[in-house]
Amino acid sequence: MPQSLLSLEGATVRFGARAVLDAVGLEVAEHEVVCVLGPSGSGKSTLLRAVAGLQPLDAGRVLLDGRDQAGVPAHKRGVGLMFQDHQLFPQRDVGGNVAFGLRMHGAPRNEQQERVRELLELVGLPGAERRAVGALSGGEQQRVALARALAPRPRLLMLDEPLGQLDRSLRERLVVELRELFGRLGTTVLAVTHDQGEAFALADRVVVMRDGRIAQSGTPLEVWQRPADEFVARFLGFENVVEGTVAGEAADTPWGKVPVPEDAPQGTRGLLVRPAGVRLVPADEGLPCTVAARTFKGTHVAVHLQPEDAPRLEAACALREAPEVGDVVGVEFDAAEIVVLG
Amino acid sequence: MDVTRTEVANRSSRARTRRGSAARLGLLAGPVAFFALFFAWPVAAIVARGLKVDGVWRLGRIADVVTQSDIRHVLWFTTWQALASTALTLLVALPGAYVFARFDFPGRQVLRAVVTVPFVLPTVVVGTAFLALVGRGGLLDELWGVRLDTTVWAILLAHVFFNYAVVVRTVGGLWAQLDPRQEEAARMLGASPLRAWRRVTLPALAPAVAAAALMVFLFTFTSFGVVQILGGPTFSTLEVEIYRQTSEIFDLSTAAVLTIVQFVAVGAILAVHAWTVRRRESALRLVDASVTARRPRGAGQWALLAGVLVTVVVLLLLPLAVLVQRSLDAPDFRYYRTLTSEAGDTFLVPPIDAIGNSLEYALAATAIAVVIGALAAAALARRDAGRLVRGFDALLMLPLGVSAVTVGFGFLIALDKPPLDLRQSWILVPLAQALVGVPFVVRTMLPVLRAVDARLREAAAVLGASPWRVWREVDLPLVRRALLVAAGFAFAVSLGEFGATVFIARPDNPTLPVAVARLLGRPGDLNYGQAMALSTILMVVCAVALLVLERLRTDRTGEF
Repeated sequence: MPQSLLSLEGATVRFGARAVLDAVGLEVAEHEVVCVLGPSGSGKSTLLRAVAGLQPLDAGRVLLDGRDQAGVPAHKRGVGLMFQDHQLFPQRDVGGNVAFGLRMHGAPRNEQQERVRELLELVGLPGAERRAVGALSGGEQQRVALARALAPRPRLLMLDEPLGQLDRSLRERLVVELRELFGRLGTTVLAVTHDQGEAFALADRVVVMRDGRIAQSGTPLEVWQRPADEFVARFLGFENVVEGTVAGEAADTPWGKVPVPEDAPQGTRGLLVRPAGVRLVPADEGLPCTVAARTFKGTHVAVHLQPEDAPRLEAACALREAPEVGDVVGVEFDAAEIVVLG
Repeated sequence: MDVTRTEVANRSSRARTRRGSAARLGLLAGPVAFFALFFAWPVAAIVARGLKVDGVWRLGRIADVVTQSDIRHVLWFTTWQALASTALTLLVALPGAYVFARFDFPGRQVLRAVVTVPFVLPTVVVGTAFLALVGRGGLLDELWGVRLDTTVWAILLAHVFFNYAVVVRTVGGLWAQLDPRQEEAARMLGASPLRAWRRVTLPALAPAVAAAALMVFLFTFTSFGVVQILGGPTFSTLEVEIYRQTSEIFDLSTAAVLTIVQFVAVGAILAVHAWTVRRRESALRLVDASVTARRPRGAGQWALLAGVLVTVVVLLLLPLAVLVQRSLDAPDFRYYRTLTSEAGDTFLVPPIDAIGNSLEYALAATAIAVVIGALAAAALARRDAGRLVRGFDALLMLPLGVSAVTVGFGFLIALDKPPLDLRQSWILVPLAQALVGVPFVVRTMLPVLRAVDARLREAAAVLGASPWRVWREVDLPLVRRALLVAAGFAFAVSLGEFGATVFIARPDNPTLPVAVARLLGRPGDLNYGQAMALSTILMVVCAVALLVLERLRTDRTGEF
């Protein structure tokens, strides 16, 4: 395996008695785009700050290109960080912001100008050099912040909730742009976000964090298909998670006997039933449930079902097949959409 | 293996903290040395001179002095006039604070600047202006035969005049930024307007009111110039008594005891003030001041506005107008013209020279105050500032309250031998004046420095800026304006400084306030008129400095 560009070994940060980062180990290879995903307070931002040198470690090491960064101050680490709310310098115009890192590295003036022009073109704001940052829209600020972080050609680019404050349609467009851009430039990226859609769209590899620890790491597909545990499953938005006892190709759950895939691990385990795996059948077949609510999701309808003595179930139905609120329906399960959690 | 790694990391993080403290100590070294040399030492020296006989401390003197009936009288008067002045100032100025914060009316900006003018006026000018209004041959005397300069009312009114702006600025500044929607939320939950104000706005304002009241109390408790001019032989504050004991009776031990008494009282006031400031920093929802004001509605609000405007005109503008009128009250600008002539017995130089002296001294004092104050503010603004450093913050305020007379006289006896023999040096006056300027610089800079988002600095660091460049590239551009405002305030207070300067300014180099006081101490119409003329000039210089500042001022700069 080639040497990682960034590696964290047992990185620990404590605020008082609480460990915000708890012995985190993480490797990021060159040209890789890694996205750290987790709820707020899970330690994502602290992770970035520790790598940037803005937050001293209480234990463990940060290595860049195999070199221990202990005692190397932030301005000498050669990494870029794009802040959550951009933190553009209010007293400088767009060009002054983008050129800042180049000036700090002593680049000659004409080279600065050339690079600023090139970067503003790259992020889709050609000719914006003289504009005031206060007059930019949220999306434009985000682009300027990106150009500023890219300008000194950092060996590692870190993004803290890069699209956090933007509205949905803009976010979806920008995430595609970012993905293309990083692919074209071959940038090594470590991003953090609480939005799974953003993480899956952006990353080669997703790392899910919980309470300062890494809960799961894998490609977006792996994480989506096989969440490591109940926390990850619920964080990804799955509601149908219960405990069950797996024996052979079926599991005993509060919802009754549920079929599981052939190679499923045995014993008492968490069980995830994807909404697509909840099939609606006439009321006298399968598990009887009352329809408690239905929400329109664009491509399908999410139907919330209340069995008599068991946790609620969420089912995904086509619009014209969806039952009305108050209807009584039966439920059957599809083994292919069921995951036995670790 | 793991253990050693952990240790390495721990050591490096400790090294970082140490580097942080080292940087802070470096920043603080200048201010600390300045205060030790030019404040602590002179004050200590003069206290020792008064209380040490043949190398033995005579602490018994303290009890002796404090129990003397005339001294007890001074203590009692100092305290009650300060309490009365504070209550009266709050009574008169709080409606003003509300009106300036919440009402939008034509001329509001200009008037807001105008009410601040008295605060930067030299106390000597304030005293002179009130003398012209309520004194012998003053406006009220001429019109109705009313004289107040023999009563305590002249002092109280002058104190209100002087401190009106402190309340309007401190309380009104916060009031203007309180989110009106908080009160609206309370209304929607069923509170009446009065109840919403009492339950939501008043608790939010209370710390600011307390802080303003404490500042007014501090200024009036240590009042010197005003009482010296308006108090006559009957009324004397601690500060005036210290001056009298030192320069007229030459009773240094009594003066030393009084200095200690004042020191303790001021220390207590400042401790309470620091506490209210911390309370004030508690999280309030603040909004842009420009969006909260609206035009008055209904007869009640218009009446309130009218009342405040009348108060401002009568209490703040009238004394200044009378001062100007008195200075012109002779044919052909005689009082101004004679300022340039070689005056005989009062001065060694033409009084007009005092203007040049004052400006030179004040500029030097401003330079010193800005450098020392900015260094201190930079050290205090660091997020990792510990308790010791915060203690220094309170210490920096002390020169505002410690007897300026003591400091001035202390300069003469402490800085008179090598290696620091400054008695003959012109720098002595600016040094003493800078002492009073530094607290203003710190108070103006600190909120702005603290408001600089730490992540902006981090953004610069990650882009490759060293700590020094971060300061130059991020902090400096943001605080440049506050620095100018601070310099202006330091300039105005240096220009008006009287208590210390009166001791150390050489007779051939008087400053404006010293010249005014000396002229007032002489009989005759010409001296009186010249005092009015010089005061007018001083007032115009201060007012111009302030109005220039008002254009620079932003909402976030400072509490004064």
